[in-house]
Amino acid sequence: MIRDSGMARHSLRRLLGLLPTLLMLITVAFFLIRIAPGGPFDSERVLSAEVEANLEAKYHLDEPLIQQYFRYLGQIVVLDFGPSFQYQDWTVNELIAQSFPVSFTIGVLAMVLAFVMGTMLGIASALKQNTRVDYSLMGFAMLGISVPNFVIAPILILLLAVYAGWLPAGGWDWGFASMVLPVVTLALPVTAYIARLTRGSMIEVLHSNFIRTARAKGLPESLVIRRHALRPALLPVISFLGPATAGMISGSVVIERIFSVPGMGSYFIQGALNRDYTLVMGIVIVYGVLILVLNFLVDLIYAWLNPKIRYDEKS
Amino acid sequence: MTKRADQPVIDPFEAALSVRDVKGRSPWEDAWNRLLKNRAAVYSAYIMAFIFMLVVLGPMLISWEPDFTDWDHTYSPPSLQSGHWFGTDAVGRDILVRTLEGGRISLMVGLVATIVSLLIGVSYGAIAGYFGGAADRIMMRVVDIIYALPFMFFLILLMVVFGRHILLIFIAIGAVNWLDMARIVRGQTLSLKNAEFIEAAKACGVSDWAIIRRHIIPNLMGVVIVYVTLTIPQVILIESFLSFLGLGVQEPMSSWGALVSDGAQDMESAPWMLIVPALFLTVTLYCFNYIGDGLRDALDPKDRP
Repeated sequence: MIRDSGMARHSLRRLLGLLPTLLMLITVAFFLIRIAPGGPFDSERVLSAEVEANLEAKYHLDEPLIQQYFRYLGQIVVLDFGPSFQYQDWTVNELIAQSFPVSFTIGVLAMVLAFVMGTMLGIASALKQNTRVDYSLMGFAMLGISVPNFVIAPILILLLAVYAGWLPAGGWDWGFASMVLPVVTLALPVTAYIARLTRGSMIEVLHSNFIRTARAKGLPESLVIRRHALRPALLPVISFLGPATAGMISGSVVIERIFSVPGMGSYFIQGALNRDYTLVMGIVIVYGVLILVLNFLVDLIYAWLNPKIRYDEKS
Repeated sequence: MTKRADQPVIDPFEAALSVRDVKGRSPWEDAWNRLLKNRAAVYSAYIMAFIFMLVVLGPMLISWEPDFTDWDHTYSPPSLQSGHWFGTDAVGRDILVRTLEGGRISLMVGLVATIVSLLIGVSYGAIAGYFGGAADRIMMRVVDIIYALPFMFFLILLMVVFGRHILLIFIAIGAVNWLDMARIVRGQTLSLKNAEFIEAAKACGVSDWAIIRRHIIPNLMGVVIVYVTLTIPQVILIESFLSFLGLGVQEPMSSWGALVSDGAQDMESAPWMLIVPALFLTVTLYCFNYIGDGLRDALDPKDRP
């Protein structure tokens, strides 16, 4: 009981601690994109001064920057990201509501794939340490880390879509076939990284005293691994999941572009290039919140798995 | 302990001593020997040296200019006859020369941005770790906050906002990439600062700055070297990522990422446009990662068998 209440209090404190980070994220992004030369209404077609003034007035772009900033903060509190400049007739909320599920699906599937495959390969490699199996698995893992996904993606498209014709080369229809290539390419580098991490920590754990004890009392090797070695060996992997999420989100920008997936990453690039202030801000905030919340959850899971960390009254 | 050669040896006891006067091995020599035993790292170093030489000297040796457009050979596949050994692109530019020229940019970005992140990270981490207390808490809190931001998005915003100047690419990538370095250096500094030789230096009245400069930072070198070798491929990757999105270096300059991006568009008709720069990029990243791994095994006291 003590442990639970301590944990709850700790969690609450951590959650509140996320707010300053979020505020800083919003502030930096807001001023960064505003000091950019050029505006959302610069285009080939020159607008008359009157039209431009009217447009700016409509979107409050004529106010001093600091006033716009506080107006924007006020909107964010009620989760209103405002209208998009580039996609007239659309609000940013609508654009995000439309693209978020796509990016989220790809991300979650890729993460699950990377975690399952990565830990399995890593454990296999650790159990066969310094054999040919180990060397070739780790060689592949290094390849997975070194080959950028924007190199793997075109090659996979060329092989599996263009030459073999098994999978579509791009596009998104919520069907399984259209998900395979984006998910696999996004998952590859993370899989490789997790495999290396798991191997390292598994080898370390297998050399520790409590494993020797477990073996000495006659447990079969499979039980030693499953019941004793697995949990401590997975701890570093769990704490890697936070940075992995951030990495996957950046990776998804490229993946979405290559496979022409209508996700948030594609909108972000488009928005940034077109100075679509509100759209860019909206996406940065959504991704920022996502990363913060996931990091927070990862911390909780880590504490739950690791008996050395307990949040009781004293700490 | 070495004896001066010009001094005649007088008594037999000392003669015996001088025979046993074995040359000591420094920790650096130990590490070097461990590194040489790591075959993957040694081969990677050779390959890397070869790529460096190709990239630096290659464009001078090949008769094609990187921006020469050979209209008789557009989209020509690799062939010895046309003189374009690795083929040409849509406007007949030689792929090999362009890849080597792009390699100059990619490697330069890798080195310069790493140095930027090294300077920021080492000084920040060493200061936070050495002074400790409130300064440390605030400085590391700042790192935590920045760490939680989706930095790739900021990099993209920076590129869009300030234009794609090559100098900006160096600084921007370095400026977002120093966090890991700062954390590692701080951790090491924390464990160093209570060491006896630091106490001795303090007792001698050495100033804080001199201690950081002369005693802390040299002792961090092992970790820093390992981390630098692992940062270089990361930075090259980030730059090529930006270039791939069309936000990196601008024409007529080129980098491996930009070339891969070009190649990916024409890969069905001219796969060599993708394969050549992708191969250079991948091999370089692969080698740097292996060298970094080897250095870590050699220099990191924690993992020593």
